[in-house]
Amino acid sequence: MAYLTTLEGTRFAFADLRTLLAKATPERSGDQLAGIGAEGPVERLAAQIALADLPLKTFLEQELIPSEEDEVSDLIARRHDPAAFATVASLTVGAFREWLLSPAADRAALEALAPGLTPEMVAAVSKICRLQDLVAVAAKRPVVTRFRSTIGLPGRLSTRNQPNDPTDASAGILISALDGLLMGSGDAVIGVNPATDTLPDYLRIVDLLETLRLRTGVPTQHCCLGHVTVAIEAMARGAPVDLVFQSVAGSQKANAGFGVDLAVLREASEAGRALGRCPADGQFMYFETGQGSALSADAHWGVDQQTMEARAYAVAREFDPLLVNTVVGFIGPEYLYDGKQIIRAGLEDHFCGKLLGLPMGVDVCYTNHANADGEDMDALLTLLCAAGVNFVITVPGADDVMLNYQSLSHHDAVFARETLGRPPAPEFEAWLRETRIVDRQGLLADATGRLPSAFADASLLLSGRGA
Amino acid sequence: MNRNVTEPAGKAAEAPLRSLRDLRGLTQARIALGAHGSGVPTQAALAFNFDHARAREAVWTAMDADAIREALTQQGLDSLAVRSSVTDRAEYLRRPDRGRTLHADAETALAAAGSGFDVGIAIADGLSATAVTLNAVPMAAALAGRIRAAGLSLAPVVVASQARVALGDPIGARLGLRCLVMLIGERPGLSAADSLGCYVTFAPEVGLPDSRRNCISNIRQDGLSIEAAADQVAGLLRVMFAQGTSGVALRREEPPPVLPMSDGGPQSR
Repeated sequence: MAYLTTLEGTRFAFADLRTLLAKATPERSGDQLAGIGAEGPVERLAAQIALADLPLKTFLEQELIPSEEDEVSDLIARRHDPAAFATVASLTVGAFREWLLSPAADRAALEALAPGLTPEMVAAVSKICRLQDLVAVAAKRPVVTRFRSTIGLPGRLSTRNQPNDPTDASAGILISALDGLLMGSGDAVIGVNPATDTLPDYLRIVDLLETLRLRTGVPTQHCCLGHVTVAIEAMARGAPVDLVFQSVAGSQKANAGFGVDLAVLREASEAGRALGRCPADGQFMYFETGQGSALSADAHWGVDQQTMEARAYAVAREFDPLLVNTVVGFIGPEYLYDGKQIIRAGLEDHFCGKLLGLPMGVDVCYTNHANADGEDMDALLTLLCAAGVNFVITVPGADDVMLNYQSLSHHDAVFARETLGRPPAPEFEAWLRETRIVDRQGLLADATGRLPSAFADASLLLSGRGA
Repeated sequence: MNRNVTEPAGKAAEAPLRSLRDLRGLTQARIALGAHGSGVPTQAALAFNFDHARAREAVWTAMDADAIREALTQQGLDSLAVRSSVTDRAEYLRRPDRGRTLHADAETALAAAGSGFDVGIAIADGLSATAVTLNAVPMAAALAGRIRAAGLSLAPVVVASQARVALGDPIGARLGLRCLVMLIGERPGLSAADSLGCYVTFAPEVGLPDSRRNCISNIRQDGLSIEAAADQVAGLLRVMFAQGTSGVALRREEPPPVLPMSDGGPQSR
């Protein structure tokens, strides 16, 4: 059925639900590339006005992508909890926004509601939220997960220490990881994106990270972000795999482009649980997502990229993850053109993930061909801290020398601790004090690269390499 | 490169290392920068901004096609200029699909160049005019010498503006090439804004998947040298003509002589 709005005598018609959602989406180069975005600001507002009047339950009655042809849609339908939805079942999208902002939507209410929400509902309401709304609502919804560290506690910010190396050289990975630890980064995970995706390299990298963990005693977890099928092979060989990683997207076809489906993710999850490294009530799955991935795989079904992104969270939610990370500025300007689009997308993704109950982190990042720079990242980090983001990614000097893009610097984690008052996970915070990386006030004690005595054992890994 | 790699590397000592600063020579990463509160030291902060400015300039500067054609003439190489259907740089970045199709006015120039050559070379701006300005003409000259020495016929060099890698497909098809070698500016990184990529496609035609191409990456002064890259392309051409294909289907005794590819590889497609 068509959705209609009349503005000052001009009638706007939107042919179906996916068109309405796409036209109501704030400007995004990826939707323009797909040919589904609004023609301009007036048509976008007309769509947003029509969307605000839409009953929330419409998304239960009409599927954007048919369940018969897409296992992600099927999963969303099967997992929907009508009892949890009852609180907001009578609301329109516009009234849902108002309810979310109201004191009635406190932490307990939002936690109870999460199983009743679908990705399409949260994507829809995000489209009529301004940035401040996205921050205000998300800030009310902490999502706490736990392995060796406890991530997502209110008022805290964790970090992924990302010691990538262009050739996966052990020394390069280790030096970079130590650099991050010395700056106080790595309580969410020490996670390496491998340049290659072979089993021997995967095994070498997790062994290296495990040795580093044991020698420094750092209360965190590690991860080699290889393909999940490589992780399954590594686990079968008894490798010390802390976190099981996979990139996921919002349709079955897009996931097929990543070489995965729900069945292989389930197999990986069961294998990880069987290793017994994670506490029984803890989490160990790690997913990454990002707006535009479905379109780039030609698997978006005419649905806007922000709604497709929220659908990826349904996949993540199925496996009770420790970490979910939207790699917001990595994909390039044909999907998110500039700093403004990247900042909004980061806050939307965080908001949608949190409402669905996910431990959301954001890779605050940009590429050199996007119209963005470090100042846009300063703004996004500060906004995300206000919104209560679980974790961000940091690399030495904001320069990822393997993936050739700019993420945050380890210095930005120091900024979050010292200026924004966001300490890391309590276990890691205690370790930083014990090792004297930070002083009693929690301030960075020394940033010259000097290795504290607690690192003597770890630095032996590098002995003889300096010549 | 702005990083300080001239400090003495740590001694191969039995004693534990004292500082990561001693290990700067072992990684390109910007480690052990120091900090003032949460602030990056001024020199390192400005060095980072300089690297970004240089990368942005490489992306946004227009390729000077006339100057490149003049330089080709001086190397004894005929050339012609074409453009994609993109109108400006901003659209180029937003619409990769339009960077893969020829502008209507390209037909005349391509028709005048004739048809039925063994090899053609295209020079395309891609995401770094800097890379093309510095490296494309010497690379084309080095390749032309090897192609002619092998007794193969060479089409006029096509200088393509606002071009993605796949623009080589319609160019190659119009010129009736057996093989197209595309030299294109790679997405600039912070440490290098002048990397040229080289994509080789056998029997180019419109609509080929990227899996039909072979890629040689990181051609620049401090990366893969032009002579070494030209040797690799010549080797690829030999194998392609022998097997009649390119890309993932190409069988090679040796592992591909290219740098490891990753998500961070050339993003000009």
